[in-house]
Amino acid sequence: MSNSNNTNRKSQKPWEKFICWVNGDTVLEDGPRKPEEIPDGRKVTVHSEENTIEGTPLSHIRKFRKFYIAASIVICCAFIGLMLFTTSQMPPFGAVDVPTNNEVAEKYIIDGVKDTGAVNIVASMILDYRAFDTLGESTVLFTAVMSVIILLRKDKDHVNDEEDLRILEEHRILEERPNVVLKTVGFLLVPFIFLFGIYVVLNGHISPGGGFSGGAILGAGLILYANAFGFSKLRKFFNFKVFTAFTSGPLLVYAGLKTYSFYTGANHIESIIPTGTPGAILSGSLILPLNICVGMIVACTMFGFYSLFSKGEI
Amino acid sequence: MADFIMNHYYEIAAIILFGIGFMTLLLHSNLIKKVVGLNIMDTAIYLFLASRGFIEGREAPLLIGTSVSESGVYINPIPAGLVLTGIVVSVSVTAFSLALIQRLYKKYHTLNLDEILLLAKKEAKK
Repeated sequence: MSNSNNTNRKSQKPWEKFICWVNGDTVLEDGPRKPEEIPDGRKVTVHSEENTIEGTPLSHIRKFRKFYIAASIVICCAFIGLMLFTTSQMPPFGAVDVPTNNEVAEKYIIDGVKDTGAVNIVASMILDYRAFDTLGESTVLFTAVMSVIILLRKDKDHVNDEEDLRILEEHRILEERPNVVLKTVGFLLVPFIFLFGIYVVLNGHISPGGGFSGGAILGAGLILYANAFGFSKLRKFFNFKVFTAFTSGPLLVYAGLKTYSFYTGANHIESIIPTGTPGAILSGSLILPLNICVGMIVACTMFGFYSLFSKGEI
Repeated sequence: MADFIMNHYYEIAAIILFGIGFMTLLLHSNLIKKVVGLNIMDTAIYLFLASRGFIEGREAPLLIGTSVSESGVYINPIPAGLVLTGIVVSVSVTAFSLALIQRLYKKYHTLNLDEILLLAKKEAKK
C-alpha cells in the first residue's frame, strides 16, 4: 500500500498525505529520500576540525559546552544539598511517631481484613481501597505497549531496509539451528516458570506477590519459550490477535468490575460479593479477579516489549 | 553530623544515588546512557520511599496466622503501593524512550544527541 503511494505523489489529497505520514513515508514533493544519503552526516561531530558548524563558530560551541557542564554540576550539587537539608529535618529512620504513619495507614491495617477479606494488606490497599490507581497503572502499561507497537512494528510488505533484512535472516538461522543447551533448559524450566507465575498471581491476596510480580514471571516464561523454541512455535497459540485480546480485554474487565464496586462500595451500599474467610483462596471479593486481569496485562506487555524490540513484530 | 548520618543513612544513600543518576542524565550525550541515568534516579526514589515506610521492630503487613489485626505490629503499607506505581511508570517510560531511540538510530545512525541535533538542523535547512 505504501509503495503505491510513492508513484502518484502529485495527486495527493490531504487524507492520503495523512495516511502517508502515518505509514512513515515522506510527504515531500521531491520523492522519497534514498537511504544512501543518510549516513554521510556520521562524521559531523561537535569536535570536528571545521571552524564553523551551521554558521556558529566552534569556539562558541565549546564555550557553551563548558558552561553547560559547569551549570549542571552546580545545579546537581545545589539539588543534593537542598535534599540533604530537608532530610536532616525529618524524623530518624525507623521511628514510630512519624507524621507519615497517620490514621490512613492505621485504618488500612486495622480494618483491611474486615473490609476486603484479603490477608495481604498491600493487596487490599492497591486493589480495593485504591483500585483506581491500579487501573491507571494498567492503562499506563497499555499505552506504553501501544506506543511501542506504533514506533517499532514493521510493515511486512515494506521490508527493504538492509538492517531489517539482516535481523530477519538472523532469526531464521536461529530458528533452523536452535541452541541445544537453551532448548533443553527451556524444556525443563518453562512449565515450572508458568506454574510459579500462576501461583503468584492467584495467591496475591493471601501471600506476597500479586498481579504485577506474577505477570512479570509469566512474561519472562513467555520470553524464554520464544527464545528456546522459536517465535514461529509460539505464534501457534500467541499471535497478534491473542496479544490484542489479552491486553485490552482484561483492561475492559477491570474497568467494568471497578465501576460496579464504585457504585456499590463507595456509596455505602452493601456489596453482594462476599468477602469470604480471610486466608482462603476464594476470598477477598474482587481482588482475585482483578489480580488475574493485571497479571494478564503485565505478562502480555512484558513479552510484547521484548518481541517488538528484538524482532519488530509480535 | 555523625548523628545525622547514623539516623538517616538510607535516605542519604538514596539522595547520593539520585545525584549520580541526575549527573548521568545531564552529562552523557549518549541517549542509552541517559535512559540508564533516569532508571538510577527511579531506583533512588524507591529506596527513599521504602525507607520512609519502615518502622523499627515491626513486620511486613501480612496477617497470616493471626485473626486480629493491631496497628502496632505492622509497618506502613502505603509506601509499598507507591513504589509499585513507580516501578510500572518507570518500565513504561523506559520502553517508550528506548523505542524512540531505536527509531532515531535507524534515521541518523548515531546515538549521540549532539550529532542527532546537528543532523536534524541540517535537514531542516535543506
